[in-house]
Amino acid sequence: MAKKKFVVGCFNDEEVLFPAVKKVRTAGYKIHDVYTPFAVHGLDHALGLRETSLHTAGFIYGVTGTTTALSCISWIFTKDWPLNIGGKPHFALPAWIPITFELTVLFAAVGMVLTFCYISQLAPFVKKHHFHARATDDLFVMVIECTDTTNAEDLKAFLASAGAVETDIQIAEEGWWFGRYDKDEMRFENKQIVAA
Amino acid sequence: MHLKYESQLREPLVNGDKNYHQVTEDIVRPIEAKPTKLWYVGFYIAVSLLLFGVYAIYRDVTYGIGQWNLNKTVGWGWDITNFVWWVGIGHAGTLISAILLLFRQGWRTGVNRAAEAMTIFAVMCAGQFPIWHMGRVWMAFFVFPYPNSRGPLWVNFNSPLLWDVFAIGTYFTVSLLFWYSGLLPDFATVRDRAFTKLRKRLYGIAAFGWTGSTKHWQRHESLSLVLAGLSTPLVLSVHTIVSFDFATSVIPGWHTTIFPPYFVAGAIFSGFAMVQTLMLMIRKIFSMEDYITVGHIEAMNKVIVLTGSIVGVAYLTELFMGWYSQNKYEGYTFWYSRANLFSPYGWSYWGMMACNVLSPQIFWFRKMRRNLFVTFFMSIIVNIGMWFERFVIIVTSLYRDYLPSSWSVYYSPTIWEIGFYTGTFGLFFTCFFLFAKYFPVIAIAEIKYVLKTTGDGYKDKMGHLEHVPVEVFTHSGHGHTIVENDAASHG
Repeated sequence: MAKKKFVVGCFNDEEVLFPAVKKVRTAGYKIHDVYTPFAVHGLDHALGLRETSLHTAGFIYGVTGTTTALSCISWIFTKDWPLNIGGKPHFALPAWIPITFELTVLFAAVGMVLTFCYISQLAPFVKKHHFHARATDDLFVMVIECTDTTNAEDLKAFLASAGAVETDIQIAEEGWWFGRYDKDEMRFENKQIVAA
Repeated sequence: MHLKYESQLREPLVNGDKNYHQVTEDIVRPIEAKPTKLWYVGFYIAVSLLLFGVYAIYRDVTYGIGQWNLNKTVGWGWDITNFVWWVGIGHAGTLISAILLLFRQGWRTGVNRAAEAMTIFAVMCAGQFPIWHMGRVWMAFFVFPYPNSRGPLWVNFNSPLLWDVFAIGTYFTVSLLFWYSGLLPDFATVRDRAFTKLRKRLYGIAAFGWTGSTKHWQRHESLSLVLAGLSTPLVLSVHTIVSFDFATSVIPGWHTTIFPPYFVAGAIFSGFAMVQTLMLMIRKIFSMEDYITVGHIEAMNKVIVLTGSIVGVAYLTELFMGWYSQNKYEGYTFWYSRANLFSPYGWSYWGMMACNVLSPQIFWFRKMRRNLFVTFFMSIIVNIGMWFERFVIIVTSLYRDYLPSSWSVYYSPTIWEIGFYTGTFGLFFTCFFLFAKYFPVIAIAEIKYVLKTTGDGYKDKMGHLEHVPVEVFTHSGHGHTIVENDAASHG
């Protein structure tokens, strides 16, 4: 994938981040993404992201589970091998409710997690470019994609004026590839901790 | 966006004046440090118990389960008692992470990760019992409905034992997914601050390439919420279905409609007790007192006294029904085989009553709820009591049923039954020690999320707002900055 140029601004407080997001967007810059150490509620709206449809997918998987259970069990017990269990009806719907319920939950949960990993491109051995190692610790990292007309230095200054504590320019690849993390810089290199 | 302000009446969930980085430091420190001697001692004890269990199971497979003392009518003994006991323990984790998430209980953030881990390990232990009880364990796959060359001969979908297969299987899978999806961001935190190559590489694999992207967080939130919504009925269904194993039979003492709610309450009761045992150890060994506060312990003790009392009401209801039904078999089981202290198993019934119903009542007192020694002691007492409960239900109903000529001799376990049980303790604690050493035992991202609302330092700074009149508070914009921006971005 082609490499692109990004301007990175790091904020140390979400209450500074929100006005900054607004300023940057009003100024017409395209925010590539904001990397945060935890789920900051409302940030998705502030960035203008649309709502996720993951729960709809979950519903569809759940319904699939329900139908799978009911159709399989009823076919098996009424058509394929009708078993006489104490003279009770072959089509014993109340007795099938537990398994139907469990399969509904199982399909919905497994389906949703797999979908989540697929659309977010998360999997073992997947590697992505990380704009700042502290984005998973205590920094809110705003990444702005540069276009031909962007003056990166101006943008850096603009971010600093909006409250960024650290700014820099990075040329990076978007997307993901298979890779390892042990060749990355070690933030805590040579650090020794003795006591637990 | 919620207001950052939270009443001073609520105890802080995070003690000490922390910032985000401090939270990371505190929780990741045990992973990055060398394990303490205490950890090694505990781990080796757990592994030796596990090895003994493995040997007991090896003998079960080699000689058959005839080496257990199960007899003509007591076909379920220690094995199924232990199965139900472990499944019950496995209920607290998902309850804490799912039901308390839906109820917006902030205190769950301190304990949910370890509680979920405990759930998964407890269900792993529980699963061992029905599997090895099968005897010919190489035929275990017969429990799955799959097209086969024997007819095809299908499993009995109307049987609670098959429902159990689906319930436990689903519960384990969903709990594991819920737990692991919550772990992804925290593994990324460990990865990004790793200072050895191996750690960076392994946590890099474990974190699935998590970056903390806003879009990913948005989906992650949606995923957690739906998984919580799914797990809530699931956690109730699992022990309901376990209780059906008994309730749908026609054995006196089992054939009662009260079983599902009674079992679910008992499961939550024993699960919270086990969470208490483990949390008190974790907060001590890893110095997590700031995150697992006395407030957390107290909240769980409240759940324990509530569910313990529900279980007590169920016991009394059963006794009442044993008389009121005027069914002599029911009456005999409840009033002779159980409630009569001088009947062969009377000791187990009264042990159960003392541990489950009487002793938790101590938690009506705030001082006791907040006393760590009392809590630790009680958490063990409760789990002993809950073991007795399952033993009472299973053995006292089986050893004397309708026909006096088939009454069995007194059932007591062999060393291999006991060995199997201690082996599951080994499995449980081996997993738990590894978890405590290599996994973030507290959900880092979730703690950061509640930190500014409920962290001690932040609450202190907001203390003066208590005296601000309402009109001034609502118009001064405290905590409103974000709301306005949020609205602006929509508009």
